[in-house]
Amino acid sequence: MKRLLFQLSLVLVLVSLVVSGCAPAAAPATPAPAVENTVIVEVEKVVTATPAPVEEKAFRVALILPSTTKDSSFSQAMYDALVRLQEEMGKDKLEIAYSESMFKIPDAAAAIRDYASQGYNLVIAHGSQYGSSLAEIAPDFPTTAFAWGTTVNTFQSEGINNIFAYTGTSQFGGYVMGAVGAMLSKSKKVGICGPIETGDNRNYVKGVVQGVKDTNLGVTVTTIWTGSYSDVTAMATCAQTHIQDGADVLYGSSQSSTGAIAAAKENNVYWFGHQYDNIPLAPEVVVASQVYDFVPTLKDMIATIKAGVYGGKVYTLTLQNGGFEIRYNKNIEIPADVKAKADELLEKVKKGEIEIPLD
Amino acid sequence: MPMSDESRVKQLLDRSFDALLPLLAVPLAFLIGAVILMVMDVDPIAAYGVLITGAFGDVSGITQTLVRTTPLLLVGLGIVIAFRGGVLNIGGEGQLVMGAIATTVLVLSLPTWPGWILMILAMLAGAAAGAFWGFIPGLLRARLGVSENLSTIMMNAIAAQFANFLLAGPLMDPLQRELGSFLPESARIPRSVWLYRPIPQSSLHIGFFIALIFAILVYIFLWRTSIGYRIRAVGLNPAASRYAGINVPYYEALALTLGGMFAGLAGSFEVLGVHHKLLEYLSSGYGFSGIVVALFGKLHPLGAIPASILFGGLLVGGDKMQRVVQVPSALITTISGLVVLFVVSSVIFTERRARRRKIHG
Amino acid sequence: MGDLFTLPVLLGIIYSGIRFATPYLFAAIGETFSQRSGVLNLGVDGMMLMGAYSGFFVAVKTNNLWLGLLAAALTGGLMGLLMAVISVTFQATQGISGIGLHILGLGLSTLLFTTTMGGVGTIGGFPPVRIPLLGEIPYIGDIFFNHNILVYFAFLLVPVSNWILYKTTFGLQVRAVGQSPEAADTLGVSVKGIRYITVTLGGILAGIAGASISIALINVFQENITNGMGFIAVALVYFGAWRPTGVLFGSLLFSFVNALQQWVQLKGIPIPAGMAVMLPYILTIVVLAFSSRRISKPAALTKKFERGES
Repeated sequence: MKRLLFQLSLVLVLVSLVVSGCAPAAAPATPAPAVENTVIVEVEKVVTATPAPVEEKAFRVALILPSTTKDSSFSQAMYDALVRLQEEMGKDKLEIAYSESMFKIPDAAAAIRDYASQGYNLVIAHGSQYGSSLAEIAPDFPTTAFAWGTTVNTFQSEGINNIFAYTGTSQFGGYVMGAVGAMLSKSKKVGICGPIETGDNRNYVKGVVQGVKDTNLGVTVTTIWTGSYSDVTAMATCAQTHIQDGADVLYGSSQSSTGAIAAAKENNVYWFGHQYDNIPLAPEVVVASQVYDFVPTLKDMIATIKAGVYGGKVYTLTLQNGGFEIRYNKNIEIPADVKAKADELLEKVKKGEIEIPLD
Repeated sequence: MPMSDESRVKQLLDRSFDALLPLLAVPLAFLIGAVILMVMDVDPIAAYGVLITGAFGDVSGITQTLVRTTPLLLVGLGIVIAFRGGVLNIGGEGQLVMGAIATTVLVLSLPTWPGWILMILAMLAGAAAGAFWGFIPGLLRARLGVSENLSTIMMNAIAAQFANFLLAGPLMDPLQRELGSFLPESARIPRSVWLYRPIPQSSLHIGFFIALIFAILVYIFLWRTSIGYRIRAVGLNPAASRYAGINVPYYEALALTLGGMFAGLAGSFEVLGVHHKLLEYLSSGYGFSGIVVALFGKLHPLGAIPASILFGGLLVGGDKMQRVVQVPSALITTISGLVVLFVVSSVIFTERRARRRKIHG
Repeated sequence: MGDLFTLPVLLGIIYSGIRFATPYLFAAIGETFSQRSGVLNLGVDGMMLMGAYSGFFVAVKTNNLWLGLLAAALTGGLMGLLMAVISVTFQATQGISGIGLHILGLGLSTLLFTTTMGGVGTIGGFPPVRIPLLGEIPYIGDIFFNHNILVYFAFLLVPVSNWILYKTTFGLQVRAVGQSPEAADTLGVSVKGIRYITVTLGGILAGIAGASISIALINVFQENITNGMGFIAVALVYFGAWRPTGVLFGSLLFSFVNALQQWVQLKGIPIPAGMAVMLPYILTIVVLAFSSRRISKPAALTKKFERGES
């Protein structure tokens, strides 16, 4: 026992030595290694001063991503949008910093707080799981704007006025693509591979199912949920199962859907993607993707913040406002009548003539 | 036996070297990390400076570190008990999730109960659920000879899917249905059961201090009670224990159950103290990191305290490093892996030296 | 309900079951050798990830799948060698060194992937090879004899490793070292040497298991693509009672039930998806509960060995 206590104290002494010894080492500014198009943050410990958005100073955006900037899915959609916006505005006008693989919520919460205390103008927590963390942190930084999604909750009802929310009506694009797939299917069978039956994925799948059914072509549609956002193999077996069942058009979403896309490519069946452009992954078989475009949302958000409003607004990304886009693959020829019907449905959706019950 | 001053000094030096050995392993791992950093064109000294100050440099860093320390310590304590009983509990992940589920369900189903009673009941429920999830592999091992290495891995997968199932259906926040967003989250638990946070603007909750107390209690339990003694005896030498009339399978099962209990409690604290609801990714690898913490703390409940603080700091500082220097998060994972490998490899030198001392002294 | 028990469904289950048993077979048989010699390697998943990455990277860069496979085997072998150094020479606690190896493999494969390859992409993997004559048999030919080459390799590995373990001197030595290292040592068998070989071999096979995912079965690589398959593979070794044939049954059963639960969902059988995906894990535990009594594991598994000790 004595021995152990002794060792323990030694450990503690050493740890504190290391800590105190190394602390000054952090003082010199970190050299900026350019990662991608990202501008690097200078040293932390910027006082929690109010970052008044002055015109000539760069607008600073921090991004917290559940997955990676290269996941070909939800996270990359936001990251790419910011990078595109930066190209448009100029690097001196827009600064970006990001933290990726923040699927652990305490990590994300630490990052949110840290960015806010560094004086970032806008901190985007890009995942619906970050809501409670934001609600706790935002009141401590009243002149920092926060945003999160997909959700419709800005916490204004709880007296918090510096949180934006964004959400997407992914079911409508799903509806149009469901109809296109049903018309393209020769076997009269289409299959869907979803990760977990919640949130954006759930609504998208609802849309696809109804889109298929409303064509009244006698096409059957079945869904398999893999139970995971990251299980690529389960996605691949899912696609395989649908194909063996005779499906010749497949749908899916989440970053693990690459497994299903590869299976579609190998078996030469059509694929429709969601959240991010899937076409480069398999140009031979990906007919279309419903793609998030966060640029308009971000532009408006930044303008609103510059005007002195730090939150309270819900952005709904839709096909009408350019928040979603259905991107077709130019390499795959769709029969003219199918394309015409798709355009017609798209117009109907945009006019709000189609209702998709979500329950 | 009286000892000369000289040998006493020598012994002191010996012991200090033993205690420092695992800590020497850490810089070695970081040295390799530094090479990787330099290949990626990042100044390692600046990067590591950020790592350390990020974790321990100010109040915000320290409190965040301690928030992460709490589940690591609790899971680690569970692993220590199991290890001392001669079983390897890889099921911390699943047990933590079950603890979180039980806590959330209990709190949400008794909304009218007074806060304090409900909070304590919720912790008990979490501990019980974790214990149950550890008891099943324990029972399977005791009765049917199923290896806990296998069953705990399977139990992790089942717990994760069970949580998914609940969050996609019965436990989903009714508000989510109303809004049409269907996020996999439970409703928020009432404020009255939130664990107290002593430091404003930080999420450090009293669960950390409770965990510290538990570390001491586990030490007393293992070294000062007859049940604890038997658990250690079974782990040390099952054959001799059997000969001495100890029911070996029973104590192995007990060790797994107690291990599960602490992981369950960790899950309970994550809900009551950190997230205030049940959601996805609640566990985030504490079940595995807890094993490392237990080893790094030399499989001693009190040793688990500095070990969990160190690893909690590594998690927090690593993220800070990602933010400030913008290196991929995978680099920090890589370094953690190296730390584990170096630490685990360094143990032999301590043992060899101990053996040599035994022979010579 | 009756819809589930039709010929096409049955054929579908068998086909995917066989196909996706492949990575489990490679990894679990490699682990069998390692455990038979007394080393528990929990780091299989990390080794598989490294194999999956290097196989994919080399195959993409050289446009040669075989070079990719070779690279995966080499990388896996290196990881195995590292594990051997740590657990045999340094005698580290095996369960934990394996977890360290897993974390290292997970981090390093992702790090290398993000720095060497822009983003997620697909590759044309090993194509299916229809075996002459056998492949022409109706139904049977499609489900058994029309797979890619690595699937055949995986299944051939079962008799080959059975032969090595039970019919060769090397196999005898491996079993002796795992059962009673002291006795083997007195008989002049190099305990450490044998363990170095088996753990490295386990690494090579784990690397190939990873490549079978990234360049033969799924044909993509991304962060954590194995998603814990390596841990299942370790479990399957226990399941298979440390025998290649047992591992074969375990892998097939796990893989079949996995395929089955997807068909259950596809045929609209009213079991919640969350429950269906639990099936393979629950079944593994249940089967094990009814078979474990008869199993005896290698006596020296996870035990350290140092000459002149104990």
